[in-house]
Amino acid sequence: MSWITGVGLTPFGKHPGRSTLDLMSEAATGALADAHLERRQIDGLLTGYSTTFPHLMLSTLFAEHFGIVPSYAHAIQLGGATGFGMVMLAHHLVEAGLAENVLVVAGENRLTGQSRDSAVQTLAQVGHPVYEVPLGATIPAYYGLVASRYMHEYGTTEQDFAALAVLMRSHAVRHPGAQFREPITEADVLASKPVASPLKLLDCCPVSDGGAAFVVSRHRTSDHGVRIVGTAQAHTHQHVSAAPSLTSFGAADSSRAAMKAAGVALADVDYAAIYDSFTITVTILLEEIGLAPRGAAGRMARDGHFSKTGKVPLNLHGGLLSYGHCGVGGAMAHLVEMHLQLTGRAGDRQAGSPKLALLHGDGGVLSSHVSLVAERVQ
Amino acid sequence: MTQASLLDWTEGAEGIVWQQCSACGHGWYFRRTFCPKCGAGSPEARQASGAGTVHAITRVMRAPSEALRPYAPYNIVLVDLGEGLRVMAHADDGVAIGDRVTAAFVTFGDRIVPRFSKG
Ligand SMILES: [Zn+2]
Repeated sequence: MSWITGVGLTPFGKHPGRSTLDLMSEAATGALADAHLERRQIDGLLTGYSTTFPHLMLSTLFAEHFGIVPSYAHAIQLGGATGFGMVMLAHHLVEAGLAENVLVVAGENRLTGQSRDSAVQTLAQVGHPVYEVPLGATIPAYYGLVASRYMHEYGTTEQDFAALAVLMRSHAVRHPGAQFREPITEADVLASKPVASPLKLLDCCPVSDGGAAFVVSRHRTSDHGVRIVGTAQAHTHQHVSAAPSLTSFGAADSSRAAMKAAGVALADVDYAAIYDSFTITVTILLEEIGLAPRGAAGRMARDGHFSKTGKVPLNLHGGLLSYGHCGVGGAMAHLVEMHLQLTGRAGDRQAGSPKLALLHGDGGVLSSHVSLVAERVQ
Repeated sequence: MTQASLLDWTEGAEGIVWQQCSACGHGWYFRRTFCPKCGAGSPEARQASGAGTVHAITRVMRAPSEALRPYAPYNIVLVDLGEGLRVMAHADDGVAIGDRVTAAFVTFGDRIVPRFSKG
């Protein structure tokens, strides 16, 4: 068992002139303050990567910059699943007694730190450099392929996908740090600019600047009673051309294993933090994990099931789709919001008093999966 | 036929080449010097017939670079070839999931790529 003793999150959007290290530092400062910890009490450090600031040793570079001297540190890379992958590792590090307080931190000026073409091309490297990228494939194209098959198999419509974008925006409206806060309708989503069919602009998360951090601790250091009780991963492929299936990825295996480790059932989950890089991403993950039956996620979103007053509130900060996506820190914002929700600190976004959260991140093209189960303890 | 003589579209030649393990029979698309299933070396290179069925399709409206922008929009497909492997390629307008298709090769930017047509 481990405790998430503190969380920190910057607003996402444009932070012109601020570097990767600036954004990491701001988020880390927030997390330490929230955990009631001083720099000298941090003995473990995990970082991800930044596409605008590639560095061989981001963890120790950050340690020097921020002013910590950890006895355990390194970076990990798992695409969009990096943040939850770091939490899983931090959880096991403190359980094994290798560290007392592990700082998990990410930040990137992905929006203002590079040109749009540069961002698109960097991200497209998730594709195969010989067999996919030369075809002019983009990340939305890989997900567009998956979406086309999903619609074919389960009858999901473009309007069903749109319902997830509307849901995320309706949540972001209540968060001052979200990149997009103007309410949208399914008609707006359907009428937005086509990107890679069936995906349109509002089916895709934006590129953002931002940072996020948490402290994972062996002992409770603050009033925040949130602990990690189950973790698991699954990795089925890297490239979409090599995916064993376009409708079942590693999400079911990973989430089931995490819930088994936690000794809980899906029916016990009363808050969900699910990766939503595209509307198809969150649709598939919800349905493969079992939080919605196949083909039903859009309808359930429309009916309020995943809203703050619904049975399983989902990404109440607005998700990647509306809070924004700054790379590794993107999905970490999902965990920050989960923490605020489980500790009753989410203000007018607060969804009653959730007790058990399921978190799921994916990297690549639904390639790498990390699931976490967190519970509230008084 | 030796492996060296089997060039494919990724090397500028008109063709789709896949590999098959001579030890366990496993087949795959992405070039390697060993079988990813059993580890045996020296896989056989094989020319695909170019006939298959569309598994998934997307129409890309915005190309990733200035050089490819004049080609947009274009269709990207995953096609299940008769040989039992899945490949990514381009496709003609009007192609849909489930269609039987065959490959030709077209210029795209500074290279050739496979493009599938119905029939
Ligand atoms: Zn073999």
